[in-house]
Amino acid sequence: MFTIPEFSALQDAVSRATEAEVLRALHSDRPGLAGLAALLSPAAEPHLAAMAKRSGVITSQRFGRTMQMYAPVYLSSFCANRCAYCGFSADNTIDRRVLTFAEAESEAMILHQRGFSHLLLVSGEAPAKVGVDYLEELALRLRDRFAALSIEVQPLATEEYARLFRAGITSVAVYQETYDRDIYKQVHLAGRKADFDYRLETPARAAAAGMREVGIGALLGLADWRAEGLALGLHLAWLRKHYWRTGLTVSFPRMRPAQGEFKPLAPVSERNLSQMIFALRMFDPDVGLYLSTREEARYRDGMIGLGPTRYSAGSCTAPGGYGLENAGGEQFEVGDNRSLAEVSAAIQKKGFDPVRKDWDAVFQTKEDRQQAA
Amino acid sequence: MLTIAGRKFRSRLFGGTGKFSSPEVMKEALAASGCEMVTVALRRVDLNNPADDIMSVLDRDRYLFLPNTSGARDAGEAIRLARLARASGGGEWLKLEVTPDPRTLLPDPIETFKATEELVREGFKVLPYINADPILALRLQDAGAVAVMPLGSPIGTNQGVLTRFQIEIIIAQAQVPVIVDAGLGAPSHVAEAMEMGADAVLVNTAIAVAGDPVRMARAFAMAVEAGRIAYEAGLGAVSKDAAPSSPEDGLGFLR
Repeated sequence: MFTIPEFSALQDAVSRATEAEVLRALHSDRPGLAGLAALLSPAAEPHLAAMAKRSGVITSQRFGRTMQMYAPVYLSSFCANRCAYCGFSADNTIDRRVLTFAEAESEAMILHQRGFSHLLLVSGEAPAKVGVDYLEELALRLRDRFAALSIEVQPLATEEYARLFRAGITSVAVYQETYDRDIYKQVHLAGRKADFDYRLETPARAAAAGMREVGIGALLGLADWRAEGLALGLHLAWLRKHYWRTGLTVSFPRMRPAQGEFKPLAPVSERNLSQMIFALRMFDPDVGLYLSTREEARYRDGMIGLGPTRYSAGSCTAPGGYGLENAGGEQFEVGDNRSLAEVSAAIQKKGFDPVRKDWDAVFQTKEDRQQAA
Repeated sequence: MLTIAGRKFRSRLFGGTGKFSSPEVMKEALAASGCEMVTVALRRVDLNNPADDIMSVLDRDRYLFLPNTSGARDAGEAIRLARLARASGGGEWLKLEVTPDPRTLLPDPIETFKATEELVREGFKVLPYINADPILALRLQDAGAVAVMPLGSPIGTNQGVLTRFQIEIIIAQAQVPVIVDAGLGAPSHVAEAMEMGADAVLVNTAIAVAGDPVRMARAFAMAVEAGRIAYEAGLGAVSKDAAPSSPEDGLGFLR
């Protein structure tokens, strides 16, 4: 089972790196965990431009001059957890709603018409409202119309992930939020989510169930981002060793204003975020990196080609937000409000191809279904 | 002229469609490469959509379309993809890729062999992507593969022909064409493979991510041609020792 060192030990490792270690990591094909610590350290800050360049070269080499496009569909804003930072937190008074299958399909089809074929299905963590049965049914309804369906919902059991995989879910994202146990306890006030270890073991359960891809991440703004970066590296390396057939991704959700007026405990600047992205790219050349519409257009445009490989566009974080009247409350405010066409144009302007389809439902289609179709 | 499964090819350079900055750049680069066979990832295209960004710019009269099963983790997935491609008008040619490790994308020999047996039975013209394993190449040839595609080095690495020693054995033994695929990062790499006697090479990343993909495509085409001509012309033997100035050096004791 994956275990994480004390957060203070991780902080120690990223704070004591020397410039010589940074330079060694910068010029190494395989910097390893020691190199990652150096690249995340304050000593690496003067070398940010060199890191950007290296990260960009590695990214182009491994992923080509492409950017994969996706969009989230928020299914429900009900949540059984109380998380101090989240707009969906159970104690926030927002308009809650859960989409019916027809509503969810209609939201998905709006995105389909806009040109998306990779969908991320997102919900608050309320198994009674959006449980495995709901997700399975929805996946079966959507699978033939989309190239890939991912989920970002409450942690599930291995058998539950296996069921969803068979129903057409390709990948699972579960963010630890923070790898700092103390802060974790402080901000996760109640609900199933308060169990740090259960959450920490979730990516492994999804991989064990056969998911094609598993995503991890830390919510930036809760604890020391440098140590979070090292923890993500440790988690990635462990998953690579134990689930070598599983593709891995990392997301970098940086705290945005949300209902509840929670102020980031450890603010992360764009410069910090960039350093973290470049460092993880150099540590793991093959990991998919997400940069969502939480970030502003200017920043996202600047980062094209420097590390991230997945961009969302035109996202709405409220259930029903794309086409339904009386959409529920948002999870957070987006920073980049541009449409898919606008974001695609910005990507093309940078000499990259916004790729809308890079998977196919047939990978998970059972033979009998294919013949019946 | 190169012949694979009865079809003749003037160009010994095969192209790919991945990683380009735009479909237009891809189209121009493929034209400049002079290639006649182009591989396309089935996961990347929508064969049923005439407006698909890649398929709509690829002239099917000009290029033989070689669908590939990129992303398949096992034989079952690869077979399903192949059947889907054929049912959607993708034809019978298939570049079989079974790569269970999404990080290195190295091919699984066992699953590749299983899938080749089945797909050959179903009438596909199978070109399996393999590690440079001479025995596997022979087994696949015996199973009915129409060519074998050993890797020069892991895909996308641009490391060149690191598997030179094994590829030489494959070329010496194979009765089907040998197409060196993956890891060829510079025109000099493909020239090397062609000088060794490879029947063809497949290049994608090195062209797609070049500063100027169109000119780079041309450079690769020239290198393929140069390497092939050198092979046919017969290269001089390579030796670590200089030829002795007097052939009798060291033999003075002979009467």
